[in-house]
Amino acid sequence: MAVIEAVELRRTYRTSTGIFRRRAVDVEAVRGVSFEVGKGELFGLLGPNGAGKTTTIKMLITLLLPTSGTARVLGLDVVAEPREVRRRIGYVFGGDKGLYERLSALDNLRYFAELYSVPPRLQRKRIADLLELVGLTGRENERVEGYSRGMRQRLHIARGLIHDPEVVFLDEPTIGVDPVGARELRATIASLVAQGKTVLLTTHYMFEADSLCDRIAVIAHGRIVAEGTPGELKAQVADRTVVEIEAFDLAEDGIARVRGVPGVESVSVDERDGRHVLLVQSPRGLELTQPLLAALDGTSVGRVAAREPTLEDAYVALVGGDEGAR
Amino acid sequence: MTSLRVVWGGFRFHVKTLTLSNFFLLTTFLLPAIFASIAFFLVEAGGRPGTLLYTALGAGMMGVWSSTLFGSGGAIQWQRYQGTLELLVATPSPFLLVLLPITLASATVGAYSLGMTLVFGRVVFGVPLDLAHPVALVVAIPAMVIGLGFLGLLLATTFVLYRYANALSNLLEYPVWLVTGLLVPVSLLPVWVEPISWVLAPTWGVRAIRESALGGHPWSSIGMCLVLAALYFVLASFFLRVFERLARGRATLSLS
Repeated sequence: MAVIEAVELRRTYRTSTGIFRRRAVDVEAVRGVSFEVGKGELFGLLGPNGAGKTTTIKMLITLLLPTSGTARVLGLDVVAEPREVRRRIGYVFGGDKGLYERLSALDNLRYFAELYSVPPRLQRKRIADLLELVGLTGRENERVEGYSRGMRQRLHIARGLIHDPEVVFLDEPTIGVDPVGARELRATIASLVAQGKTVLLTTHYMFEADSLCDRIAVIAHGRIVAEGTPGELKAQVADRTVVEIEAFDLAEDGIARVRGVPGVESVSVDERDGRHVLLVQSPRGLELTQPLLAALDGTSVGRVAAREPTLEDAYVALVGGDEGAR
Repeated sequence: MTSLRVVWGGFRFHVKTLTLSNFFLLTTFLLPAIFASIAFFLVEAGGRPGTLLYTALGAGMMGVWSSTLFGSGGAIQWQRYQGTLELLVATPSPFLLVLLPITLASATVGAYSLGMTLVFGRVVFGVPLDLAHPVALVVAIPAMVIGLGFLGLLLATTFVLYRYANALSNLLEYPVWLVTGLLVPVSLLPVWVEPISWVLAPTWGVRAIRESALGGHPWSSIGMCLVLAALYFVLASFFLRVFERLARGRATLSLS
């Protein structure tokens, strides 16, 4: 039996526009998402901002009602049996919010222990173990307002595990955390799976998904556009080559000309330290360096290199080429 | 037993949170002193020195109501703003039992202002603190806190669904002061006001405290505070069940 099961989940938000003549507008955030997560699996939901990751997770953790479709966690319906689902799941989201800043980590953890009805005889040991797990032992009596971003995030994880849930939902847990802190968090997440927990992780960091997830579903515009192991997703672009072009004064028309070069499959732009890096995917064996440089005529170009595709390139190909899925 | 632990644990947690809030403490300690000063000067100008304690208790209760209203109205909005509202809803505890400690804590911290007003009145204006029924007063104050805390709970239920409903809480401050007899006796107000005052816990709370301090029969007022608290709880329970589901449907839990 699948631990998490989503079948044709849809969620539409109704917003309104105008001041005097208000008009209701329906926005489809999730458009029929289906997937299953097995016991002890670390499943990644990968997608750009606004793709529908958080909406999907919020339906699964009972905070949002689906417009249609069904979802079950540990065999329990998230709409009909929310309290039973909540008892068995943990939820952690990324960012600064979600903690009582004026109080200590210990106060925060004790409060949530009461809300999750953790028996008093278990609380002390559970909290000590979790503080140890997330590396906050010795800092638990300090006010949270003095914590770094990474420490807050680790406290979030401890809070999400306070009732020893079987299933843990992690919504972009490393967002905004420095590289060292993010690496420690990833190690903590990996240890959850080692303890036998089932984890659903949303992220838009490819290397994070690549290093942690057993399986990944790529979500874009509210739909799952690909699903498989990191290796299977990478294999989807194995027949491509990626050309990286460093550019210093890149303009929109330059990017448009690159897109128009025959043989170009997809183009994305990364900003790195004040410069742009164009990532151009094309079929393997097709030599495009000269036509690409010609298309960028008038733009200051630095380093140019061709390389093998990564999971990130697979993701760009899937997300960038999903317009037909709309 | 588990429900009691949730309420008691939450109550201690939120009293601590509010006590560490400078803004909340400022409104709890400074405002009552201002209210009390204005009220004392008005009474003195009226030449009725015998009502000084009566006035002090009314001024103190004004602070308790302001704190309850501010705490209940702000509670949901503040939880929403700091991103904890969704986490609280996501726990298996009934949300009513999660919310109740917040409004009870607001009323309790508001009760500081009652003490503050009496101390201020004694020190600055020489208000006599001769209590007619000290034992009844010890019961009346928690009964008043419970009555106001549960009224705050009833108000707070609407704030789960409507993001800007706490703006209404500001509008409720002065009318309730007036209607419940905190400023002037209800008997001086138009007859139609009286039935409104009967369903508001501050009316019975201030009566219970005044009757305990100045003499009278406080126990019926104490009883009314508790009866109204039970009524508010039943109504809040019904509204919250409906509003929580609507909030999950309309996605208003995380909007700040």
